[in-house]
Amino acid sequence: MDAAAVQSLDSFLQRVPYVRFLGMRVELAGDEMTAVLPFADHLVGNPMIPALHGGVVGAFLELTALAQISLAQPGLKVPKTVDINLDYLRPAGPQDTFARATVRKIGRRVANVQVEAWQDSRAKPVAGLTGHFLLRTVTE
Amino acid sequence: MSETYDTASLASRMTMFVPHAAALGMELISSGPARGVMRAEWRPDLVGDPDTEVIASGVVTALIDHTCGLAINAAFDLPAPIATLDLRIDYLRAAAPRAGVTAEAHAYKIARSIGFVRAQAWDTDPDDLVATAQATFIINPRV
Repeated sequence: MDAAAVQSLDSFLQRVPYVRFLGMRVELAGDEMTAVLPFADHLVGNPMIPALHGGVVGAFLELTALAQISLAQPGLKVPKTVDINLDYLRPAGPQDTFARATVRKIGRRVANVQVEAWQDSRAKPVAGLTGHFLLRTVTE
Repeated sequence: MSETYDTASLASRMTMFVPHAAALGMELISSGPARGVMRAEWRPDLVGDPDTEVIASGVVTALIDHTCGLAINAAFDLPAPIATLDLRIDYLRAAAPRAGVTAEAHAYKIARSIGFVRAQAWDTDPDDLVATAQATFIINPRV
């Protein structure tokens, strides 16, 4: 993993207040990034089950996509989310959640990214996202 | 707090009984049959772009998801156990710097086990939207 990419990712994670609000972090193994959302009480959407809020899961997937773009193309401003499609596959329980993203296409203006989140087993995803993100150079 | 989830008002059920809604400071503005409006104010810790201080799109996502759930719950007399199946959001433009967001949702079809919802969100002017959304929810039978 080149230093510029890691620095770009670190800068994204540390400079965005909302990343800290959720408590999200990432782990790098070579060029493979896994995003981690440690469980916290303020992320709960349904206290009866209990389960993470659907919006939390969606936001975590979106931030994972943005983090993966910052690795794939260092030096950009935070891209603007154009659209997201979220599929909720299983209830996300009160435990840590993980996500990995694939940048399917990165063009001059727009990136198409797919993300999947899981808890106990990667083979049993809790949610998936497909999204488009508008890329912005620093001078823009 | 003597209220329980089942006896609480819809407003309480959608805000203080939901930890994440409370953490975002979500407020129920209004609700009617199969409809609802909710708001989240801007806060420094909810910023998604430090260069512009615009609220994170994730907050808009959570607010829209929650308001869609409100619209479905507002279609029933009693709280219905529901879960989001899918949610599509188009972010039409960035919200204004340091602006909160309001979302309005309408559950335009409640079938036996699925609810279909449309939603939209704005920062200051309801005619100048920041996001539109479409969602489906599964409605579980009450136990």
